[in-house]
Amino acid sequence: MSNIDQSIVVLEAKGITKRFPGVLANDKVDLKLHKGEVLALLGENGAGKSTLMNMLYGLYHPDEGEIWIKGEHIALKNPRDAIDRGVGMVHQHFQLVPVMTVAENVMLGSEITSRGGILARRKAENRVNELSQQYGLEVDPTAIVEDLPVGTQQRVEIIKALYRNADILILDEPTAVLTPQEANELFRIMRDLTAQGVSIIFITHKLKEVLAVADRIGVLRGGRMVGTAEPQTSTEASLAELMVGRSVILTVDKKKAQPAELVLKVENLYVKDDRQHMTVKGVDLKVHAGEIVGIAGVQGNGQRELVEALTGLRAVEDGRITIADVDSTHYTPRQNTELGVAHIPEDREKHGLVMAYTLSDNMVLNNYYLKPYASGIFMNKEAIVENGTQLVKEFDVRPPNPLTTAGKLSGGNKQKVIVAREFSRPTKLLIAAQPTRGIDVGSIEFIHNQIVAQRDRGAAVLVVSAELDEVLGLADQVAVMFDGRIVKILPVAEATRERVGLLMAGSEA
Amino acid sequence: MTTTTAPITKKGVRLDAPLFGRIAIVLLGIAALVYYFLQPQQATAVYASTLRQSTPLILGALCGLIGERTGIINIGIEGQMLLGAFVAFLANVYIGNLFIAVLAGVATGALLGLFLAWMSITLKMDQIIGGTVINIMALGLTSFFYVAGLTTKGKLQPIPLGPLADIPLFGPIFFNNAPITYLTIILVFFFQFALFRTVWGLRTRAVGEHPSAADTVGIRVNTMRYMNTTLAGCLSGLAGAYLTLEAVGSFERGMTNGRGFVALAVMIFGKWTPLGSWGAALLFGFATALQTQFQFLGLDFIPHQFIGMFPYVLTIVVLAGFVGRSRPPAAEGKVYDPE
Repeated sequence: MSNIDQSIVVLEAKGITKRFPGVLANDKVDLKLHKGEVLALLGENGAGKSTLMNMLYGLYHPDEGEIWIKGEHIALKNPRDAIDRGVGMVHQHFQLVPVMTVAENVMLGSEITSRGGILARRKAENRVNELSQQYGLEVDPTAIVEDLPVGTQQRVEIIKALYRNADILILDEPTAVLTPQEANELFRIMRDLTAQGVSIIFITHKLKEVLAVADRIGVLRGGRMVGTAEPQTSTEASLAELMVGRSVILTVDKKKAQPAELVLKVENLYVKDDRQHMTVKGVDLKVHAGEIVGIAGVQGNGQRELVEALTGLRAVEDGRITIADVDSTHYTPRQNTELGVAHIPEDREKHGLVMAYTLSDNMVLNNYYLKPYASGIFMNKEAIVENGTQLVKEFDVRPPNPLTTAGKLSGGNKQKVIVAREFSRPTKLLIAAQPTRGIDVGSIEFIHNQIVAQRDRGAAVLVVSAELDEVLGLADQVAVMFDGRIVKILPVAEATRERVGLLMAGSEA
Repeated sequence: MTTTTAPITKKGVRLDAPLFGRIAIVLLGIAALVYYFLQPQQATAVYASTLRQSTPLILGALCGLIGERTGIINIGIEGQMLLGAFVAFLANVYIGNLFIAVLAGVATGALLGLFLAWMSITLKMDQIIGGTVINIMALGLTSFFYVAGLTTKGKLQPIPLGPLADIPLFGPIFFNNAPITYLTIILVFFFQFALFRTVWGLRTRAVGEHPSAADTVGIRVNTMRYMNTTLAGCLSGLAGAYLTLEAVGSFERGMTNGRGFVALAVMIFGKWTPLGSWGAALLFGFATALQTQFQFLGLDFIPHQFIGMFPYVLTIVVLAGFVGRSRPPAAEGKVYDPE
């Protein structure tokens, strides 16, 4: 792109090394960022991307190596030092105080005051408005942050950095929490920013995004910078190979579906959300044994409530759910489990695992009360650990220790534990919500293959995903959900990105 | 572009009091006025007593809410008050200067606040345990060093504020008080302003809600927590000094009598805001004053246990309806450990 000034290096890392107890997080990493450039930093979870960025932002301190900002060699002691030199960071987990207003969040730490430490609220709000106009970041400065959708919260984070006069922006996995539409909006914002001289480091593990938005690509693997690439001369496959260190099959490899008997039948289903709004408004859906039905849709169109109703986590207002010829409309989660329903929940940390429990305990969360894991009121520790040991090995969970607590695992490995638990018993119906959100390419491949294997073993599979590519890659039938209804069901062969995209936006196609 | 379900005031405080609570408050106000017109002197005495009864409670509640707004739960308010009361009393006995005695009480509270901060932040102790340590320690120390029969030359006396004190009803209630009571009213408004309108307040709330957000913009979370917990301790110490130097004039074993815990309830009822807590403290003070009055009225047909219950029952009824859902600072009670 034309904004880049190759002659000006605004940020440079030379030979950065960082060790944590037992891990070499960064190993002699070199990195250069030019003015007005979008540098994408690609790598799997645990490759050391976040560690590197936290050092550039002064949160961590490198053990070896030098950081140069705008031609000046500095040892950043804390974020303040980085902020003072124009470095801003948008963290993967937003650093916003939910109960405060946008303006309060933006000025926190660098407050605009009248005299005597009294906040000048109006001035701060005006400043937010100025910045939002200058960079096309639409946001209401008086809104309370927790009421805002994530995409808007992210804009607040960007404004926060710009308010501190940042001209070097670090975006840590910014698209992990965004819908495809919000992500596209973010890319537009990034281009606006670079056009005005801001330089951006963009961290991600999503290959498509890198090719769409980056000017240059750096790939981290195992703490080392293993290569750089130009988006013009790269493909998703070549980047994935650099990132994982072996060739990866990005498309799901599956045979033609052999649909058999009807397993899940949903008739005219109505479900309310937490705020008592009717969110699922008359869904009809059928899933047969041996096929995968994928639900595509922009988040917030009732998918979550639908899944929770199907698995017994949320009350059904009206309509009927039949699973394997049994009316399960008002079944509890345990009754559903015993019926043969496996569930990969959307929020693995909240609903999938008990973070403080060991992996082996997590693996029996849905059948701990059955033999051999329990006899009467006593738990059989050996049987539980033995089961854990076996599943950890079978599902390639790392570290392969059934006695580590779930909280210590990476996202991909957490998901593997859930998959191991849910798939280790006979399954008639598998309901997978966002099965690969925020996890690395290697784990995605593994989990996709497992889902297809379940189908081929004769399970009916319902996949809900905000990633259109995932739905199109996995599903045999694509059901598009919009405003609480299934607006269309298409065989995957007829479901082109464009057509499904239009349906997702609510227009008939 | 945003949809909000609850009305939001400029300060970002949600006002969602159920109708029931508002009606209760209005009725209470009418009853108070009727009472005044029927029995002017008695009513005035009850209202003045209300303010005095509420003083240690609101001071304790301010201490609690400054701590919790920064993320430190303080259940040691009772102990801070008690030891503050004791030290203030001893200072008055041996030094004989009321001003120095008050300062001694305040300093005691501050030291205990610092101690709580040290346990919670540096030692990363459970904050409930830390507060309990303070309570037990204060009880033990004051009992051990207690000397019966100590007397002092005097206590803090009411200062009428000139012509203001002559206004009917309001004069005797608000403008004829002893110094700590005046100071307390000022402190309520001061902290209400400070918490929501100053840099200190914004940072304090940020640290209590989302410490890592504060950290990433360069606010030193644990320093802030140390400072505020110590500052808050001053207020509990002042409440203790109020008890021995202004209200009673002497020290008795366990004289705080649970006020530190009632103060915590008052803080929660007040939704962690100084003004709200003041309202709750006044209500509780009013019920207590009324209960005392009942005992003089000779209502023999009501067992005295029921009269004794009155403040608590009234508080529960009105506040349960009025407060609605309240939400504590999100990060309270959690150790903040960067890296």
